[in-house]
Amino acid sequence: MSNINLQCLLGIQCDDFVMIAADQSNSHSIMVMKDDEEKIYKISDKLVMGVIGDSGDTTQFAEYIAKNLQLYKMRNGYELGPTAAANFTRRNLAEYLRSSTPYFVNVLMGGYDKENGPELYFMDYLASSVKVPFACHGFGGYLSLSILDRYHKKDATEEEAYEMLKMCVKEVHRRLFVSLPNFQVTVVNRDGIKVLPVINSASLK
Amino acid sequence: MALLDLCRLDEKINLKPVDALASFQNDVVGYSQNFLHSTQLATPPFANPVETLAQFNQKDETGKAIKIQFDHGTTTLGFRYKGGVLLAVDSRATGGQFIGSQSMKKIVEINDYLLGTLAGGAADCVYWDRVLAKQCRLYELRNRERISVAAASKLMANMVYNYKGMGLSMGMMLAGVDKRGAQLYYVDSEGTRTPGKVFSVGSGSVYAFGVLDSGYSWDLSDKDAQELGRRAIYHATHRDAYSGGIIRVYHISEKGWVNISNEDCSDLHYKYAAEKGTPVA
Repeated sequence: MSNINLQCLLGIQCDDFVMIAADQSNSHSIMVMKDDEEKIYKISDKLVMGVIGDSGDTTQFAEYIAKNLQLYKMRNGYELGPTAAANFTRRNLAEYLRSSTPYFVNVLMGGYDKENGPELYFMDYLASSVKVPFACHGFGGYLSLSILDRYHKKDATEEEAYEMLKMCVKEVHRRLFVSLPNFQVTVVNRDGIKVLPVINSASLK
Repeated sequence: MALLDLCRLDEKINLKPVDALASFQNDVVGYSQNFLHSTQLATPPFANPVETLAQFNQKDETGKAIKIQFDHGTTTLGFRYKGGVLLAVDSRATGGQFIGSQSMKKIVEINDYLLGTLAGGAADCVYWDRVLAKQCRLYELRNRERISVAAASKLMANMVYNYKGMGLSMGMMLAGVDKRGAQLYYVDSEGTRTPGKVFSVGSGSVYAFGVLDSGYSWDLSDKDAQELGRRAIYHATHRDAYSGGIIRVYHISEKGWVNISNEDCSDLHYKYAAEKGTPVA
């Protein structure tokens, strides 16, 4: 599907938290079907996954990963950390990539590890996986990447990171030719997962 | 042959047509599994069936163009408002330029509290809606309660997701009431499944959306909602050549669904023209 780049995912990791933002548009050919779609999935207590890509694949893949990680927890009595979960996800993407039914999804995975603190993983549909301090997917990501290059700092607070995301969304609204009105934001820190207010043109004023 | 066994290719395609009758029977059994299990359609034993089969759909062995086109083209819409869910659809089925039917029922009554709309390949929609109706009835018998709209839509999405990329073409809305109130879901053959307030599906949906979005509000009265749905479909039938026939309007409230009206779109055309006071050309 060609619309994978028309969707947008942003992620920021700092010393105390990792924050993920995703646009909320669901488009079919020229039409926007919905602008309040949930694209950030809660995988476990301190792990979230932003998924964009081929419609259908996104939900199926996210739920497959989420349920399998829950199953692992039930079987073994402990959870996979972000690194292990990212490896598991990457492996699944890679195995399905060479099957007749590949998952066409781009992923950002953010979680809080007991030992290593917050971690952010960038994964694309070709099953590459990198640990990064900040990352983006989609055309909106190209516009946002330089903003994050410029303003990202390791010791930023949650408020500062949220402001960075606001700057990115503002730029997407200004320069991107597709309409991505709403961005949902989720943050993971020591205490778990927290949903932050949606960023849209009303909240940017 | 070792590689053949290893790949278990012989389970999928018959490479030993020595005993013609037996192999014929095997083929019949193999390709008609859907009689026993409605979700096990025979799939082509090769990759990329959509592209590969397309060539047989366009020209015959002599290079002459084949005039086969699947029934297509529709306008359907559904929206949620304070009074429940409203569905409105047209009734035209077209195969290319040819109008196959002007009286199709594009709203399927799955049970007294659940409706599904059809758009896309007529055969796919009718088949999978019947399968869904069966699954929903079985659920009811097993669990002694009606299936929720969320669960029904998930059954549908999961079934068609198994055939993703194999050429199914359908976009449907599932609407109904359950414990959580009135619900509306959009499900398509890509595997999308998403709840929402306002949806329109089909070739005429662009026109329907225009009218629908500009007239929609959550606090619509039942009468106004019905008229809005009817009006939106009427305008779609006016501009979209692949939509037309009878405009059917259904309303779902806590008490289940009611068929509000089935009106010919050309009757509506004259009615609306008279209301507007413009002479009909």
